[in-house]
Amino acid sequence: MPRLVSHPDEVIVLKRRFGQGAASIDKYVEMEGYAAVQKAIAQGAEAMPGWIIDTMKSSGLRGRGGAGFPTGMKWSFVPKTSAKPKYILVNGDESEPGTCKDHVLLREDPHAIIEGAMIAGLAIGAKTGFIYLRGEYRYLLEIMEQAVADAYSRGYLGKNIFGSGLAFDIITQTGAGAYEVGEESALMESLEGKRGVPRIRPPFPAVVGLYGGPTIINNAETIANVPHILLMGGEAYARLGTERNGGTRLFGISGHVERPGVYELPMGYPLRKAIYEVAGGIRGGKQLKAVVPGGASCPVLRADEIDIGLDFDQLAKAGSMLGSGGIVVLDETVSIVEFALRTIKFYQHESCGWCIPCREGTDWIKKTLTRVYEGGGAKKDIDTVQYIAENMMGRTFCPFGDAAAMPTLGFVKKFRKEFEDYIEGKKAGTPLITVLELARAGH
Amino acid sequence: MSTIANSIFSPELAARFDKLVTIYPLKRSALVPMLLYAQDEVGYVSEAVIQEVAQRLDLFDIEVRSVLSYYSMLRTKPAGKYNVQVCTNISCMLRGGYEILDHCKRRLGIENKQVTADGQFSLEEVECIGDCCSAPAMQVNYDFHDDLTPDKVDEILDEYAAGKILDSTQKDGK
Repeated sequence: MPRLVSHPDEVIVLKRRFGQGAASIDKYVEMEGYAAVQKAIAQGAEAMPGWIIDTMKSSGLRGRGGAGFPTGMKWSFVPKTSAKPKYILVNGDESEPGTCKDHVLLREDPHAIIEGAMIAGLAIGAKTGFIYLRGEYRYLLEIMEQAVADAYSRGYLGKNIFGSGLAFDIITQTGAGAYEVGEESALMESLEGKRGVPRIRPPFPAVVGLYGGPTIINNAETIANVPHILLMGGEAYARLGTERNGGTRLFGISGHVERPGVYELPMGYPLRKAIYEVAGGIRGGKQLKAVVPGGASCPVLRADEIDIGLDFDQLAKAGSMLGSGGIVVLDETVSIVEFALRTIKFYQHESCGWCIPCREGTDWIKKTLTRVYEGGGAKKDIDTVQYIAENMMGRTFCPFGDAAAMPTLGFVKKFRKEFEDYIEGKKAGTPLITVLELARAGH
Repeated sequence: MSTIANSIFSPELAARFDKLVTIYPLKRSALVPMLLYAQDEVGYVSEAVIQEVAQRLDLFDIEVRSVLSYYSMLRTKPAGKYNVQVCTNISCMLRGGYEILDHCKRRLGIENKQVTADGQFSLEEVECIGDCCSAPAMQVNYDFHDDLTPDKVDEILDEYAAGKILDSTQKDGK
């Protein structure tokens, strides 16, 4: 299980109950737990939804799953009246390689997620919330189930939450192994008992979502921020971060650093300091080669590109993404050819197969990079990989196709010479590996 | 008392399933959890599991099979009593995930997705399991083990083999 770590530069909002035993409802309540939902209810039934959404908008909170969409705005898209029931869906299907922040959050502060879901429900008029965790997180599901049961036994969840006359129920759900299900529309399919393939948008889930009803889908960390924001005020939360990037974020720093861990840093915190100070620098005194800044789907940054602040806009400007906040650090010993192949192998394995550019594209990139890696590649393979990846971009129902293409493009564009040298160096006498030979070898 | 006559599941699991199908707006939503919980008890998703789950959810067999084939944790053949799942995705790879996988292969004498002759262990190379900051990591059934070294893997596997570690499914009696 991920260990708890700390550093003086951390700004603590989400982590304030970590390591305190707050999975226990008594401890959670003692530490201002369920105070935010009561504060919302105290606004009065008329004013409450608008007050919650305005507070969320002023907080500048953006989705922590990866896309970074402003949370308050997302909530405001839900129609006020709906013939079908509305739903809250908490995405705890954390699967982006390099990301384990929700793992820690779910273990250390499950009630914050329950309370956040309740508040989201009050904001949009939903009476049911689902908390979906990936199948591998069984022990976390058990912690969450206990937390939900405790909240029911106190009367916090159920028919009349905190005397408001409003009902809110929570149903917990397990997945069974599928990266694609972390995508919001595939997540809804999975929760409806189907294969996790994406839905075309529009309509967006806020209008037509789970069981056809308006649905707000938020990442677990996003939802866990909500009670804190309501208690401290939207503006105060916003001030912790940078412009249009409110608050703090859980960054999981992994790979070749001295002190890997999940650290809570203000949005906009310098990436260089995150690596060299917070995470203790490169392991064994080696040199930095590259950083994958926000989970496997984010284009790689070279060592000379890390003087940048960790927020959605600065990373986008640098041609990458903040993504899920999983910072993967590569030292000088890493072969980018091998790393790029391992990355595309993952996407090829996890592509749900629904959209042809993604299903075929990931497979052909994997095949092509495999023969490069095996020593039987040609220089034109680099162009082929780039051509395939560019043709996947924007041509699929869900962002998975982009998520596979973007890191691939990052590797071959930024480290093209390494690929060329690798092909040249390995080539001496190695005949080209043909597609037939790849297929026979099981690729 | 289960609503299904002659259920193949234990009375506890059958009762759990009776309840599970009632909590969702549409009962089909119980399908993925039911397959996983059934696998926990039976060891894999057998033909009999498929038939009973389909019956409980008013689905055709083919609908259950279609969903079953999608999810990587669901299997149609038995695994070992202890299913060792070694992550080799990027964060683990950088900290020796492949060395851990190779060590497990040598130590257990089996390849990826194989089961030892005595049925005690099976081995699987898996994608990211969400333990990146304590890499390299693996799961044995549902339990996480991380900051692994070959020596630490040996100790862990020894303890499982000697029955000293009860995995979480056994502890809960599920």
